[in-house]
Amino acid sequence: MPLTREGIAYRIAQDLPDGSYVNLGVGIPSLVLQFLPEGRDVLVHSENGILGVGPKAAAGQEDPDLVNANGDYVTLLPGASLFDHALSFAIIRGGHLTHAILGALQVSRRGDLSNWKVPGQRVPGVGGAMDLAVGAQRVWVAMTHVTERGEPKIVEACTYPLTAPRCVKRIYTDLAVIRVEGEDLVLEEVAPGVSPQEVQACTGAPLRLTADLREMPVPAEVRGVPLRTP
Amino acid sequence: MDKCVPTCDEAVADIPNGATIMMGGFGPPGFPAQLVEALRRRRLRDLVIIQCGGGTEDYALGGLILDGAVRKLISSYPTHPGAWALRDRYLRGEIELEVLPQGTFVERIRAAGAGLGGFYTPTGVGTELAEGKEVRIINGRPYVFELPLSADFAFIKAHRADRWGNLTYRRTMRNFNPIMAMAAKVVIAEVDEIVAVGELSPEEIETPGIFVDRVVATERHPRLLRRT
Repeated sequence: MPLTREGIAYRIAQDLPDGSYVNLGVGIPSLVLQFLPEGRDVLVHSENGILGVGPKAAAGQEDPDLVNANGDYVTLLPGASLFDHALSFAIIRGGHLTHAILGALQVSRRGDLSNWKVPGQRVPGVGGAMDLAVGAQRVWVAMTHVTERGEPKIVEACTYPLTAPRCVKRIYTDLAVIRVEGEDLVLEEVAPGVSPQEVQACTGAPLRLTADLREMPVPAEVRGVPLRTP
Repeated sequence: MDKCVPTCDEAVADIPNGATIMMGGFGPPGFPAQLVEALRRRRLRDLVIIQCGGGTEDYALGGLILDGAVRKLISSYPTHPGAWALRDRYLRGEIELEVLPQGTFVERIRAAGAGLGGFYTPTGVGTELAEGKEVRIINGRPYVFELPLSADFAFIKAHRADRWGNLTYRRTMRNFNPIMAMAAKVVIAEVDEIVAVGELSPEEIETPGIFVDRVVATERHPRLLRRT
């Protein structure tokens, strides 16, 4: 069974070691934090100058001077730090973030990423996407495996405008975990009840199978949140 | 030395048509909304605005664009839903738009303020935003050359100030403000509170007064904006 969006976020959270400094993009990546295993110190970076972003502020408790890069009123964790935009992007571009977890429109078999602009988008806007893609030590993509129309998002070559070439190291979807290795896509994990053949059938580039292939260790639910689709 | 100005209207009274103006802010924090509203009342034309966002609704920068005062916007992420004034004018061909990766946007401003002639960045290599720009291989990796970006005026927003123009910020108000304060000929700071010289501890002053020309105190958060 494919995973829910929360299921994808849960799976990624298990792979973030203690001591990670992570930037989380909008969409599925923004769900990761709530699934971190107890006791792991993971600091979330926000482009507008925060290390140590906490949960969203409760209604009525918003601080009008404190937002994250998504414009949400948030809180700060104990041990958080604040800084200006030049330092924030020195953190990104200078290779100091251990992980950037980003949404994607397309990822190619070489790890090229398209996630900032669809063809025909009439007003351009890029934000921090290109800086994160070139700067973080590990760029992981979190996305549904196919588009709403069922088209593969993992492709031979991106047809959407590029964010950065050869930057994605690992792809987490509702069907699989795939590692980018040179020009090869290595199928590491499949969702419970999904076969490698089914994953290949909705992937636009060849997947390499290895003897290490395993099932994604994602329970049906945690704390009442469904992680797999019924 | 006293850089305090009584009102936002007086602080922006000498800005001419065609001026290039930087505006700090990322979302509501650190966005000098009252200065921008005063600028709207000037009814200027042909302004070039440097701001990370694209303005919100019909207020502040959104209003300035709606009024037809802006010839060009240099920005990074002007596509949020509230930026309809920009979208409408851009689609009608009534405003120029230059979009930069956010790290390149701020570093170009920092380069101008720090007296540098530009810099090489890996951001944007191999993408349409690097088209036509010089690419140089450094230690085996390609980098794009980017020029400094300066302005005639900078509107910045800080938390506390003294009459010498020393500034402090709270929470995420910093964003572009300390950087833009270095990169314009005339720097105007909108602040929540002006205190006596000596009251701000030297360690907490993020923007030293040397960068600041005018300070004006305004009411805090007269209108919460989701985006600038």
